[in-house]
Amino acid sequence: MSGGTSRGAEGARGEEARARAVAAAVVDPELPMITLDELGVLREVRVEDGRVEVSITPTYTGCPALDAMRDDLRARLTGAGFADVRVRTVLDPPWTTDWISESGRRSLAEAGVSPPGPAPRRPAGPVPLTLGPVRRIRCPHCGSADTTELSRFAATACKSLHRCNGCREPFEHVKEI
Amino acid sequence: MSFDNALGAIAEDNDEARWAFGTGFHDPLAGIDASVPDGVDGADLAAYCLMLGDDALVMSHRLQEWCTHAPELEEEVALANIALDLLGQARLLLARAGAAMGTGQDETALTETVLTEDALAFFRDAPEFRNVRLVEEPNGDFAHAIVRLLLFSTWRLALLDRLTSSADPVLAAVAAKGVKEVAYHRDHAALWTIRLGDGTEESHRRTRRALDVLWPATGELFGVHEVERRAAAAGFGVDPADVRAEFDAVVGEVLAAAALPCPAPVPAEVAGRGGAHSAALGALLADMQGLARAHPGATW
Ligand SMILES: [Zn+2]
Repeated sequence: MSGGTSRGAEGARGEEARARAVAAAVVDPELPMITLDELGVLREVRVEDGRVEVSITPTYTGCPALDAMRDDLRARLTGAGFADVRVRTVLDPPWTTDWISESGRRSLAEAGVSPPGPAPRRPAGPVPLTLGPVRRIRCPHCGSADTTELSRFAATACKSLHRCNGCREPFEHVKEI
Repeated sequence: MSFDNALGAIAEDNDEARWAFGTGFHDPLAGIDASVPDGVDGADLAAYCLMLGDDALVMSHRLQEWCTHAPELEEEVALANIALDLLGQARLLLARAGAAMGTGQDETALTETVLTEDALAFFRDAPEFRNVRLVEEPNGDFAHAIVRLLLFSTWRLALLDRLTSSADPVLAAVAAKGVKEVAYHRDHAALWTIRLGDGTEESHRRTRRALDVLWPATGELFGVHEVERRAAAAGFGVDPADVRAEFDAVVGEVLAAAALPCPAPVPAEVAGRGGAHSAALGALLADMQGLARAHPGATW
């Protein structure tokens, strides 16, 4: 292999790493304390022949934030000097809260949003009915485990609404999915 | 900060980011391989996706009508979130239908016949809709909303769960996401059904009445339209008759916990799937489609 091609390949890898770093720093429009990378929504960043191709996956099918994410990614990458940017949607495999990174979970908790527990593992057969509370959810403000679920649907589909019986503060929890 | 300033601050940064309050949505299937797999008939796939998409679209609209009418703020937000999930499923399914419709025709016809999800949602008349009639019946009281959501989401969850192994990879992927969402919808409806049915005399009476009103429409959930029969045979769809046992078991469990009687099964029939609808759908569409038809292509 000649030095020229090796430098070229290194340059392409460098561009890809730079594009990935720019895309990874874009924050979620509805959870601005966490980046798309930490949320697990950013699936892939590739650079080929100068074109950046970013793959993202929706958290929920109807999540209107997906369009905002697409626009933000395009604007930030264009701003970083990448002229040709494509943003692809990927539906398979479906997003799960298990993809939220450790640093993302810490950022959520620091912002007063309770991070999700492990996503439910499904037994074989029909999806079982879940009628009782799934798990004790800790208050992100005071750490108390004495909390009450107010509603399984909060301001966005991805969160449920709770109240702490210790400090009396309401808080949101990212639902396991 | 005044409201005007807050709105300005959202809009200022990026002209394209209008998602919070206007038009400008992208194709929900952008960048996804929309080709129709071998052995799958494009017209049947389109017709089948339209059925599932119309169920979600019309049910979403009925839930949206609860905005500013729900008995408490938390429940208002919950119904709106469920409506949003279903609207998202409808967009993907109608987009899939539009993409599959053109296949089997020559190249020049293709570009002209590919319909966007907006064209399908806003420019078809009632007889062209393929939803079951359960979702189009006008809203009643809150018990009616909850019982309908229980019946609808129990049925849809069973369908979507089986569709995760559809021979159409796009439909399979939409179903896999939908299962997770609709499981939350069903459990939410089940919890409320129990709270209302096993609640006060008044809430029990109203929930029982809602069940009496809605139950006759369940026969249509298990009727098999010829498109569904072919879709199931070709491996990309589900024979609705196959989900009846699961529906009966889940609904029976919830009704027993809610101290409500489980009505006798209704004979299967095909109506909405073949375009036979009640007058209520026409009124719903007049409301849903009015703006798009009066101002085609309007943006704001
Ligand atoms: Zn607390």
